[in-house]
Amino acid sequence: MSSLEVRNLVKEFTVRSGVRRGTLRAVNDVSFTLEPGKTIALVGESGSGKSTVAKMISQLETPTTGEILLDGQPIGRRGRALSSYRHQVQMVFQDPFASLNPYHTVAHHLERPLRIHGVAAGQALEPAVHDLLERVNLTPPELYAVKRPHEMSGGQRQRVAIARALAPGARFLVADEPVSMLDVSIRLGVLNLLARLQREENLGVLYITHDLATARHFSDEILVMYRGDIVERGPSDDVILNPQHEYTKTLLAAAPEPSRHGRLREEVRAELAAS
Amino acid sequence: MTATATTTTGPLSSPTHAAHVAHLEPVLTARHVSIEYEVDPPVRAVDDVSLTLHRGEILGLAGESGCGKTTLAYGLNRLLKPPAILRSGEVTFHDAGGSDIDVVSLSGDALRAFRWDKVSMVFQGAMNSLNPVISVRKQLGDVLTTHRPQMGKAERAARSAELLALVGVDPGRLDSFAHELSGGMRQRVMIAMAMALNPQVMIMDEPTTALDVVVQRGILREIMRLRERFNFAVVFITHDLPLLLEISDRIAVMRAGRIVELDTSESVYARAQHPYTRQLLNSFPSLTGDRGSFVRTGVSTDAAEGEAS
Repeated sequence: MSSLEVRNLVKEFTVRSGVRRGTLRAVNDVSFTLEPGKTIALVGESGSGKSTVAKMISQLETPTTGEILLDGQPIGRRGRALSSYRHQVQMVFQDPFASLNPYHTVAHHLERPLRIHGVAAGQALEPAVHDLLERVNLTPPELYAVKRPHEMSGGQRQRVAIARALAPGARFLVADEPVSMLDVSIRLGVLNLLARLQREENLGVLYITHDLATARHFSDEILVMYRGDIVERGPSDDVILNPQHEYTKTLLAAAPEPSRHGRLREEVRAELAAS
Repeated sequence: MTATATTTTGPLSSPTHAAHVAHLEPVLTARHVSIEYEVDPPVRAVDDVSLTLHRGEILGLAGESGCGKTTLAYGLNRLLKPPAILRSGEVTFHDAGGSDIDVVSLSGDALRAFRWDKVSMVFQGAMNSLNPVISVRKQLGDVLTTHRPQMGKAERAARSAELLALVGVDPGRLDSFAHELSGGMRQRVMIAMAMALNPQVMIMDEPTTALDVVVQRGILREIMRLRERFNFAVVFITHDLPLLLEISDRIAVMRAGRIVELDTSESVYARAQHPYTRQLLNSFPSLTGDRGSFVRTGVSTDAAEGEAS
């Protein structure tokens, strides 16, 4: 019964253009269930509504209609019920250069959530911080705990961001484009870390991305979003290797595929010759 | 290896590459270019780079942040600002007219006449490179008034409209401002601006990085189409190796200021020689191919995780 479920989620924004007002439906009737130890990838281009879904799950936006259920229970709106939800569902943001405070050490970033969420206090803080750093492969922890964000690479910062999300005892992570700001050669390391946590600590991960290749390799299920709707869903290999919806096919055709070098040039030449 | 590594400092390349470039006509040649940032201690961002760009080819320049690829591009175009300084080396532009231009010694009016007219650039973060307070018409017109002062107003307007049409933007958008255009359209306007004077070389620094895959594909297609029509050479800079492999004729892989491997796309993809190139190739999973060793359930997971941190 342990799961994070979103049911018929809808989000409308009011848009104003001059004197006219209208509503924009950013998310239209989205439902899925995230289970511990599973990764669901939410893919789509900018403006498809995938980040709005993430914001609603992390309670940064309120759904217009629809429900978010944790272990079958609707989440609380305030007080203890809401903070219990926040212990268990945490976010990892896209930009590790912006999401860590440049004034504070890594230890500070991790101690705060540990204290606020009542996980550890006083003497227990330091070992708890070290444990978190070890879990995200920043070893030896004594070395990293005293660093400030500018002393670390993008990949290391994103590991700190992941450790911070784990600090309250999160069982579900919402990772919104967690590697798109990182250099290609360190992306896999961060994704492998998420995969290991998912496997070894039974973490449920919602991986939001526009990169279809990593979505395929790092998730069990893929949901394709287009203009607020989920247009296709299924086991990741099925969606990528045998896409049904036109939009999924467009996305796949647009993804760079190194084995097809020269393809674009030939296409363009054929087009020009035909016109 | 023994046949190709004739000099100890040069990039690795294959015999196929030598055969490929043998019959091509060079348009821009850089020889032993070194660029330093004069900070304390000095940083050598580009270290003894030699590179030849041929007429009409797409040369991909791949590497990670901080490897010196943008600095090299600025050096080729004489756009370096202090504290960056070209320490040594020569850059020669082989004009279609037959004359050679020594780019390093250009100054004043000669430099102005060279820049943008012969070699133009599409800058990184083109999303934000348009001036937000003047219209597209004024920005395109600005290039033409500076470089083609003999052009009349009507002629400029006609050329601006033609340029927009070339890059697939409705000429009706001439009076729009940057914020009224989508990211893809802004990028197309930047390309139109770079094409305004029919340059022989266009340097594109991460031109599609901030864009969605679908929009990105449209822009790439446009670049390829224009290249077929106007036969300009492109230096395409990005860290996205899969994309480069798909569109470039040749690829130069840069690391810590040096070009470590220079080869045709086919060879880089099939037979990369330098360990760093292989590492880059292995750092992205294939979309439709087999699941590689980095697959999340694989045994090598933790090794990959550790290596990359």
